[in-house]
Amino acid sequence: MADVTAGSAGRRSWWAGIGQGRHVLGLLFLLPAAVFLVLFLTYPLGLGVWLGFTDTRIGREGVFVGLENYELLWIDSVFWLAVFNTLLYTVGASILKFALGLWLALLLNQHLPFKSFFRAVVLLPWVVPTVLSAIAFWWIFDAQFSIISWALIKLGLIDHNINFLGDTTNARLSVIAANVWRGIPFVAISLLAGLQTIPASLHEAATLDGATGWQRFRYITLPMLSPIIAVVMTFSVLFTFTDFQLIYVLTRGGPLNATHLMATLSFQRAIPGGQLGEGAAIAVAMIPFLLSAILFSYFGLQRRKWQQGGGD
Amino acid sequence: MTISRRDLLVAGAGLAGAAALPGFTPGAFAQGAPMPDFKPEPGASLRVLRWSPFVKGEEEAWIANTKKFTEATGIEVRIDKESWEDIRPKAAVAANVGSGPDIVWVWFDDAQQYPDKLLDVTTLANGLGAKYGGWYDAPALYAKNQGKFIALPLATIGNAVVYRDSWVKEAGFSEFPKDIKAFLELGKALKAKGHPMGFTLGHGVGDGNNFCHWVLWSHGGKMVDDSGKVVINSPETVAALRYMRELYPTFIPGTESWLDVNNNRAFLAGEISVTANGVSVYYGAKNDPKLADMAADMRSTNFPIGPVGKEAELHQTTSACIFKYTKFPQAAQAYMAFMFDAPQMNAWIKGASAYCCQTLKAFAANPVWTDNPIHKPYSRASETLRPNGYSGPLGPQSAAAMADWIVVDMVAEAATGQRTPEEAARRAELRAARIYRG
Repeated sequence: MADVTAGSAGRRSWWAGIGQGRHVLGLLFLLPAAVFLVLFLTYPLGLGVWLGFTDTRIGREGVFVGLENYELLWIDSVFWLAVFNTLLYTVGASILKFALGLWLALLLNQHLPFKSFFRAVVLLPWVVPTVLSAIAFWWIFDAQFSIISWALIKLGLIDHNINFLGDTTNARLSVIAANVWRGIPFVAISLLAGLQTIPASLHEAATLDGATGWQRFRYITLPMLSPIIAVVMTFSVLFTFTDFQLIYVLTRGGPLNATHLMATLSFQRAIPGGQLGEGAAIAVAMIPFLLSAILFSYFGLQRRKWQQGGGD
Repeated sequence: MTISRRDLLVAGAGLAGAAALPGFTPGAFAQGAPMPDFKPEPGASLRVLRWSPFVKGEEEAWIANTKKFTEATGIEVRIDKESWEDIRPKAAVAANVGSGPDIVWVWFDDAQQYPDKLLDVTTLANGLGAKYGGWYDAPALYAKNQGKFIALPLATIGNAVVYRDSWVKEAGFSEFPKDIKAFLELGKALKAKGHPMGFTLGHGVGDGNNFCHWVLWSHGGKMVDDSGKVVINSPETVAALRYMRELYPTFIPGTESWLDVNNNRAFLAGEISVTANGVSVYYGAKNDPKLADMAADMRSTNFPIGPVGKEAELHQTTSACIFKYTKFPQAAQAYMAFMFDAPQMNAWIKGASAYCCQTLKAFAANPVWTDNPIHKPYSRASETLRPNGYSGPLGPQSAAAMADWIVVDMVAEAATGQRTPEEAARRAELRAARIYRG
C-alpha cells in the first residue's frame, strides 16, 4: 500500500512538474519563440558575421580570410565616405525629426478643432510605403521637373532649376529632408501618446505656483516624457542608420557617392558587385554604431533621477 | 523522342513563316555545319528564368516560339520572370545550392562568376555559329570560359545616340558629327540655341555605364591590361577626362544626378536635344499621339569615333545559361537550339523592335533593322560592343569594378570639376587596384 502511494505520488509529481511547475512548462512555451528567434535572427546574424571573415563571392563558397575584408575597408576611401555620410544622415535627420516631431506632438496635444482628423493625417507619411514616398521625392528633387524649382522660378525667386541630387551638398540635404518628412509622424505620434500620460494636475499645480509655459515644459513635460523620448529616439536612430530604400530610389548612392550609406554600400558590394564577404563586413561594421546608440539611450536618457526632475 | 534540325524547321516554318522574311537565306550558312542532334530525355520539362521584358512584343514572340517548341516536342516549358536586377542574386543562389531553373538569362559577366556550375554548350554554340555566320566577338567573350561556351549569347541590348534632327540642323550641322571634335562643337552650338545635350553621369546602371565607358574607350583609356593589371591612370584616360571637362558645360544641368530614366524623361519633355539610350525612348514618343511631331523629328546614330580610331561601346548583354544540375540537359539544349533557329530567332528579334540585337551575324539581315531608319544603329550593338573590364579577363573582378561605379564616378568627378582629370584618374586607379589585387 505504502509502495503504491509512493509510486503514485512520484508519478503525480512528475506530471505536476510538467503541468504545473514553472520551469519545464515555461521553457516549453518559450520554445516556439526561441526557435523563431534562433532561426530568423541569430542564425542570419551569425552567418553575416561569419561571411564578413570570408572571401565568399556570388557563385562561390569562400574560405576564412580573417580580418582581410576589414583591412581592405580600412584603406577604402569610399567606405569611410559612406561611414561619414551615414553618421551625418543619422545625426542630422534624427535631430530634425526629434525637434519637429516634439513640436508637432505639443501642437497636437492642444485642444484643436478636428483633433482626431489632424492626428490621422499626420500619420500618413509613415503609412505610405517608403518606396512610394521615395518615388514622389524623386520627382520633387528631379533635375528638370522639380515642382520646387518650378514654383520658385514662377515666383521669380530663382532663374534656373535647383540641382537637388546632382550637387553633393544639396543631395545630402535633400535625402535628409526626405527622411525627416517620412520619420516625423512616428516621433510625433509616439511623443503625443507620452504627453497624454502626464497628469494635468501637475501642470495645474505648477501654474498655481506661477510657473511660466517654458518652465512647465522644462520641469514637467520634458522629464516626464524622457523615457518615451529615449525609446522613440532609439528606434528612430536605428531606422535612420539602416535606411536603404530612400537612397536606393533617389540616388543609388550618387552623386559621386555623396549619399552612399553603409547599408547601400553593403548591398552594392555584395549583390551587384558579387563580393558577399565584403558586403557582409560592411554590414557588420554597422553593429558597433548601432550598439552604441542603444547603450547611449539606455544609460544616458533613462536615468531615473533626471526623469524625476532631479539634477544629474 | 529525337528531334533533329529537320523536325524543328518543319515545325517552325509553318508558324513563323521563315520564307516570308526577305533577305534571309538559312541555306547560305548551312553548308558543312550539321547541327548537333539532341535527344530530349523522356518526360522532360523545363523551367526558364528570364528578366522581365522591357518590350512587350519581345516577350510575346519568345512565348509564341516556346509554344511551338512544346507543340513540336511535347516538352512543357515554364517561363518565370524576375526584375532584371534580381536575376544576378537568383542565378547565384541557384548555382550555389544546385537547384532551380534549368535555363537562366543572365546579364553581363554573370556566367563568368560560376563557370563550373554551367553546362558546357560548346557543341551547340559551335553548331549555331557555323550555321548562322558566326558569333560576334564580344558577346561570345561573355559566354566563353577557357575556350568553352558556358552560355549562349542571347542578345545585346543596344544603346545609341538619339537626337532631334531639326535642332541639330538649326545648330548648323547638316549631319550628326562622326568624330568627337565635331561632337563637342555640336554640343556648344546646341547649348547656345537653348537645346542642350544630356548624357547620364549618375549611378544609372545602363545609361551611366554606357556613356562613361564610351568616353574612356574612345580615347584609348582602359581599366586593366590583358593580364588584369590596372592601367586606368594613363595619359589616354586623362585626355578622355579633359575632353569630358569641356563637353560637360554643354549638357543640361543636373546630369550627374541622373539615373536610367531621367534622360528619357528630359528628352521626351523636349528639354534636351541629344542623348544616348535604348530604342525605348523612340517608342516612348512614337506611342504617344501628343509626341507625333517629336517622333518624326527623332534620328539615331552610333557614338562618334575618338582618337582611338574605331568604335568601342558598352551595351547591356544577356546570355542564356543551362545549369549543370538540370535533369534534362538534352531537352534544354534542344530548346535553345530551337529558339536560336532562324524562324524563331527572326520572329523574336522582330518582336523586340530593335531592342535586342542579334548575337549571330546572319541575323543582321532581319528586316527589323531596315523597316525603320531609327533602328539601324541598334543593329550594330553586338559589333561595336566591348566587354566591361576591357581588356582584362571577365570575371568577379570586372563585375565588382563595374558595380562599384569606378568609371562612372571618375568621369563625373572630372566632368563636374570636383577633381582634376589627373586626380580623378589617380583615384579610379586606387579604387580599381583594391578590386584587381592579387
